[in-house]
Amino acid sequence: MLSNLRRKAAAVAAVGVLCAPVATLADTQIVGAGATFPFPFYSRAFYEYTKEHSDVSVNYQPIGSGGGIQQFTAKTVDFGGSDVPLNSREYKAAEDANGAVIQFPATLGGIAIAYNVPGVPSHIKLTASLLADIYLGKITNWSSDDLKKVNPGVNFPNLPIVVIHRADASGTTYIFTDYLSKVSSEWKTKVGNAKSVNWPAPSSVGGKGNDGVAGSVRNTPGAIGYIELAYALENDIPYASLQNKEGNYVLPSPASVIAAAAAHPDVSWRNFSIVNEPGKGSYPICGYSWVMVWKNQADPAKGKQLVELWKWMLTDGQAYAAKVKYVPLPKNVQEKAIAALSGIHS
Amino acid sequence: MFRLVLVAAAWVVLLIAAALFFTLVIAALPGIRAAGVGALVSATWDPNRAQFGVLSFVYGTIVTSLIAIALAGPIGIAVALFLSELAPRWLAAPMGLLVELLAAVPSVIFGLWGLFVLAPLMRTVVDPFLRSSLGFMPAFRGDSYGPGLLTAGVILAIMILPTVAAISRDVFQAVPRDQREAMYALGATTWEMMTKAVLPYARSGVIGALVLALGRAQGEAVAVALVIGNSPKIVASLFAPAYTLASVVANEFSEATGPTYPSVLIALGLLLFLVSVTVNVIARLLVWSVSGGRPAAHTV
Repeated sequence: MLSNLRRKAAAVAAVGVLCAPVATLADTQIVGAGATFPFPFYSRAFYEYTKEHSDVSVNYQPIGSGGGIQQFTAKTVDFGGSDVPLNSREYKAAEDANGAVIQFPATLGGIAIAYNVPGVPSHIKLTASLLADIYLGKITNWSSDDLKKVNPGVNFPNLPIVVIHRADASGTTYIFTDYLSKVSSEWKTKVGNAKSVNWPAPSSVGGKGNDGVAGSVRNTPGAIGYIELAYALENDIPYASLQNKEGNYVLPSPASVIAAAAAHPDVSWRNFSIVNEPGKGSYPICGYSWVMVWKNQADPAKGKQLVELWKWMLTDGQAYAAKVKYVPLPKNVQEKAIAALSGIHS
Repeated sequence: MFRLVLVAAAWVVLLIAAALFFTLVIAALPGIRAAGVGALVSATWDPNRAQFGVLSFVYGTIVTSLIAIALAGPIGIAVALFLSELAPRWLAAPMGLLVELLAAVPSVIFGLWGLFVLAPLMRTVVDPFLRSSLGFMPAFRGDSYGPGLLTAGVILAIMILPTVAAISRDVFQAVPRDQREAMYALGATTWEMMTKAVLPYARSGVIGALVLALGRAQGEAVAVALVIGNSPKIVASLFAPAYTLASVVANEFSEATGPTYPSVLIALGLLLFLVSVTVNVIARLLVWSVSGGRPAAHTV
């Protein structure tokens, strides 16, 4: 307690010295690091927030989820971002370093299946087993009877399928392989679910980043690849409609992603997967991006600002998600996340 | 005093290199222990299941850098000879500047250009031509998707061309005038003057340029990651997607978590270091044996 007070006094003195000549410098600097996926949304929303709150500045470094977890555990940042929440082992490491961690979802995304087949229009239909068989290398040509069966009237050419995947380890791959593991037991035992896996299809090409995958799909006739929904919507690239758990074919869109998320209200860091959710209008491949903060804030003033910031992000800030083609959180998940925030001691 | 400063500067370089190597080894140890010796002879890369076979990365690194040096070496030396011996002054200066500017282009630009321009060109024009003309060799058979070993090799060749050309040109320009004039006085043609006076005199410098360029090709990560297809397999066809040591580190390090995975990636950095040293030593030994055991330095 005493050392805490002393540290605070020192901090106040230091801030005073630093601020004296530069009056416009923000009083509180909040620093975060982590996942690249939510970065366009975060940077836009943080910008709007600091415009309204001139006493706060927020700096988010999109260094990747792994780096975010590392920096957060090392206490070099005030919050961490990750596409996959801390697992039990990572949580234990963080707990040993600085006590309990509060994790909540901050934004939502879907994954579109893009393809490039000359003469075939956008929005072809794919079932879960077709997608798994293509990525397993069992369906190797677009003229396959299985594809024709679910797409009557589509004139598929005799063209080998080139499977494109993310080469860099990413949350997008985690969500995609999570889906394939849920719908195909063969995928689950042969390949599994991770941020980067050993891709089984013989004709597979790895692209770097969303633009790498999209670029390879666009350049290669016969290619199929998975990309973030925001990226698919902003670029003119054909993508498939997927059969969901109820048997309906659903196109990826903010509405169909929200529907899937809302079907799974009791989301938590131990139960975060929202792929293959029930609901007539649910799109089957979606996932959250997570934020980690310490339950016990060493600096009460900063802790308060941090809570204020994320409360705003989870409510008013969500409006800026749609502006950058991201998907806002469904109401029930918003409320749950805000409730989690109130557990922060500062 | 002056001597002291110079000696200190030299030692600083050595110390930094030693410290780098030492840190690399320490950080890589848990990874090496987890991967085991078997990783060196396995091509199965599946970090998710603790399978850390590195053979496909070593293969990709060596093949792409050899393609690059095979393409950029002769062209770069030819450019340098032209600039220093044949080009008129009004052309040599701006052309030399352009070559040096090429070296200043960020590698991600080369990579994106490779992905969006070169890869489709390789798939539609170059690879089919090679398949029809040289298809009797396994290296030029099989499907082509655009990204692959050959595309990466060509991108690397373009990237290291300025290194070869700029250094070689400087070395050629440093050849004393007397050497050339002596050759002319003996009645040599310009071609004979270049091959018999300039090239032998400048040989050690040119080899230095090639070794430096080879090192750059082996270490390039971002541009290669964009055009190589990032597939950890060993396939005889040069059209096939592959992977290199540097690009797998660039691709996976930012998201690598857990006790051993990041350490294994650092061990890949160490392996790249060892591969570079080995290739350099082999290159120098080759040159040494070709030049009949004479030291590579001033042979004239």
